[in-house]
Amino acid sequence: MLHPVPTLKETPSQTAGPYVHIGLTPNFADIKGVYEADPGSTMLTPDTKGERITIAGRIFDGAGALVNDALVELWQADGDGSYVAPMGPNSNSAPAFTGWGRQPTNAEGVFTFETIKPGPVPGPDGKPMAPHVNLWIVARGINIGLQTRLYFEDEAEANAGDFVLNKIMDPRRRLTLIARKEPGEVPRYVLDIHLQGDKETVFFDM
Amino acid sequence: MSGIILPGADGALYQRNRDWHPPADTPGYKSTTFRAPKHALLSLGGTASELTGPTFGHSSINPLDNDLIRNYSQDGSEAIGQRMIVYGQVLDENARPVPDTLVEFWQANAGGRYRHKKEAYLAALDPNFGGCGRTITDENGFYSFRTIKPGAYPWPNGGNDWRPAHIHFSVFGHAFAQRLITQMYFEGDPMIWQCPIVGSIADKSAIDQLIARLDRHNTTPMDALAYRFDIVLRGRRSTMFENKLEGN
Repeated sequence: MLHPVPTLKETPSQTAGPYVHIGLTPNFADIKGVYEADPGSTMLTPDTKGERITIAGRIFDGAGALVNDALVELWQADGDGSYVAPMGPNSNSAPAFTGWGRQPTNAEGVFTFETIKPGPVPGPDGKPMAPHVNLWIVARGINIGLQTRLYFEDEAEANAGDFVLNKIMDPRRRLTLIARKEPGEVPRYVLDIHLQGDKETVFFDM
Repeated sequence: MSGIILPGADGALYQRNRDWHPPADTPGYKSTTFRAPKHALLSLGGTASELTGPTFGHSSINPLDNDLIRNYSQDGSEAIGQRMIVYGQVLDENARPVPDTLVEFWQANAGGRYRHKKEAYLAALDPNFGGCGRTITDENGFYSFRTIKPGAYPWPNGGNDWRPAHIHFSVFGHAFAQRLITQMYFEGDPMIWQCPIVGSIADKSAIDQLIARLDRHNTTPMDALAYRFDIVLRGRRSTMFENKLEGN
């Protein structure tokens, strides 16, 4: 036997529906007093090391309308390219950087994460992948969560050698994953997600 | 005992069986029309970015977080409705329990009304019911929470579509690529089989996996019925580090 044969089947997905904000960002949805803060609303602490950045974008549907009822989660490495080690079940101390964020799209269809720029993470061949964050998007009308990545415009050399970006045959579609940089005291990286259409974002089966 | 490196045993997740899940575009559920990507998904074997994921300490959870009957109480009163306990085990496809993982849930109140500003259904709000909760699985992968049975409600899709009573679930697992959102339905509800969102799943036995069973053994007498809902997340192939003498 090479490895165990799965004996169970994964629970099938169902849409997060129009009220996902109630469940996953209740304070944003005006349900106050149940949780002190919405999970994942803050990724940074004063002790977080690394370059502060903002990651933001809008989500568009196939009719060009802004999707203002979505939820976006982000998972990324720290500034050194390491993923946070799992916390023990009885851990009382939050790590200085969790690597995980969760944000709703607001009334204008915009999501915003205050985070740090991730370092390069080793790929399967040992060669570093270009700095990136993983995004997971759910909403009404999305039957199973959409998985994608966001890369950084100012990492052109690393992006050119990234094995994931290079799996995308059409170079124009590669651009759907590369956030443009708006310089500032805290640099802002902006990437719009398109669920359909000429600019449809590349989504992964990962 | 050092492990044996088996061919293909790289710790990757089993590939997701997309036929078991609803496809992106399901015309019966009209919201998918403009929100379903049209390109095929690009297959990407797991890297560290997909095989790791966030973890949550038990200390981040408050004692009332898994009690929807009381966690939004405004005046000390409890939520209105049929009281129940929902519990189950989170497992992976290898039938191994998934301990210490965050499980979140949200639902309508007993009248079928969500506490949301866009909700237009005429059923009344319950001032003492918020509709959200969370917990973390124990060392054997079990979770439980207390709530009231949500009502069915009509929704603007076809001319007269109704959602069966259901509870939304969000589960993490230990890898970001295990992330799952789904909905739980109730055993014996005839409305399950008339729902376009349920019908987005092709295989009847896959739908059956979303139906919680009434469990009389775990009811609280004179208080709450119990429903059991087990959740299966994607499983992982072995890694050399996980191989033990007794196997895994």
